Amino acid sequence: MTMLSVVTMASPAPASSLSSLLLEPLHQLFMQRALGIGMLVAVVCAVLSCFMTLKGWALMGDAVSHAVLPGVVLAYALGLPFALGAFVFGVGSVGVIGWIREHTRVKEDTAIGLVFTGFFALGLVLISKLRSSVDLSHILFGNLLGITDGDIVQTILISLVVLAVLAVRGRDLLLFCFDPSHARSIGLRTGRLHYLLLTLLSLAAVAGLQAVGIILVVAMLVTPGATAYLLTDRFGPMTLLAVASALTATLVGLLASYWLDASTAGCIVVVQTLLFILVMVLAPQHGLLAHRRRRLTLPSPPQGPAA
Amino acid sequence: MDGSPAPQAGISIEALTIAYNGVPAVVDVNLQLQPGSICGLVGMNGAGKSTLFKALMGFVAPQRGSILIEGLPVAQAQRRQAVAYVPQSEQVDWNFPIRVQDVVMMGRYGRMNLLRWPRAVDREAVESALTRVDLLSLRLRQIGALSGGQRKRAFLARALAQGARVLLLDEPFTGVDIRTERLIITLLLELRQQGATVLIATHDLDTIPSFCDRVVLINRTVLAYGETSEVFTQANLLRTFGAAPQLTP
Repeated sequence: MTMLSVVTMASPAPASSLSSLLLEPLHQLFMQRALGIGMLVAVVCAVLSCFMTLKGWALMGDAVSHAVLPGVVLAYALGLPFALGAFVFGVGSVGVIGWIREHTRVKEDTAIGLVFTGFFALGLVLISKLRSSVDLSHILFGNLLGITDGDIVQTILISLVVLAVLAVRGRDLLLFCFDPSHARSIGLRTGRLHYLLLTLLSLAAVAGLQAVGIILVVAMLVTPGATAYLLTDRFGPMTLLAVASALTATLVGLLASYWLDASTAGCIVVVQTLLFILVMVLAPQHGLLAHRRRRLTLPSPPQGPAA
Repeated sequence: MDGSPAPQAGISIEALTIAYNGVPAVVDVNLQLQPGSICGLVGMNGAGKSTLFKALMGFVAPQRGSILIEGLPVAQAQRRQAVAYVPQSEQVDWNFPIRVQDVVMMGRYGRMNLLRWPRAVDREAVESALTRVDLLSLRLRQIGALSGGQRKRAFLARALAQGARVLLLDEPFTGVDIRTERLIITLLLELRQQGATVLIATHDLDTIPSFCDRVVLINRTVLAYGETSEVFTQANLLRTFGAAPQLTP
């Protein structure tokens, strides 16, 4: 609060010094670490969010991210890397959802709702019995400002794996999202692509929960892709725009959380959502205003000579 | 496409039976489609047309019987780029952020290396396919920004770029303009000339005699199969549809 009043008082100063004042927290090591790892996670999740948006897997992202809770708790309790536990339970939940869908008459969205709440509840039970060193709120809401060296290493490794796989298999995954029948007809193994994409989703969710926690990680896996989807009709630019919006949200959100002394994860996701709303209204082609303009202008072409 | 077909070239379906949860969708279907021919697949909704297509695409496994494409089981034939599929328009997400030429390039993926980086030969195939369906000037458009006929042609171009010897088309004339219909028929006749095997499911009975060499009428099983002039008769259509559909003379 005191910092904020300093900013307001300094308002007559030139813009450059205002912005340097706003960015001043980034001189501190913990903020630099938070920003670095937050941006890496933002890039990974944003690229993947494009596939999630196009495949319509937002709910699946929500499921996987919640289902990793027992894995994280067990990993901490057993002294294993958290990412390992999270990954096992993330992929496990995907497997269970797929199995229920294929072997019972229960529909997929029901299976998703069933499995992720079941896993999440198991995590809550475990955490209350193994309370040792695990801080529930850090897992649920992220702990970007207090991230440990070990967690940083794990997050970097996961991120590199996801980006490398996407670089190699991204085109096939895009084809799989667009037209699985065609993918199949040219001999691609669509079952494998399906589970590859779900595995990447699990990995990205694990990376993302470092930044914003289990509850909000689905925002990282959905919002940037949805925002970019409204801005372009091409996949390449869509990826870049998703990354740009995620990076912006991470930087602005982190600074906002510092100055407002508010939840880091909350600030990042709120900024991301605000960016989406802004784009939803203003996007040149697919925005609400553009639609409105087109609706108003389209019905009246016969009037008067064409310009 | 070389001119010497293998002994089992084309499509060979023997004693095919497929059931969903015990309910048979197609029963004991036998069909031999020769290279250099176009065959129309005609039947009511629910007569098993789409099941037959799904089986030819390897999406459903037969309870009994076998399918060979160019003498190979379906999965192998697909890996060798032997079969191309032109989907119904309803199956496509037209808002997908992808351009016409990207869709057509996807026809080449099976012939590229793992990274799917197009080589000169792939770009040439795409350009030539786009030219043949008269979409070259629209190649940079997002696919949803095409008209119904143009959309259909884009997917036909993808099949052309793939260079498959066997072509499966699912209702290619639904919602297209007359120009596109003419263009598709001309292209199919060219492909037949080059030795392709074409199977086309269609409700557009009027056009069938103008380009289909053969017709197969189905209702769960094959009711009639043979030369169009012999099989495509009012009497057979009556058996297929239960009532005579209006054929314009």
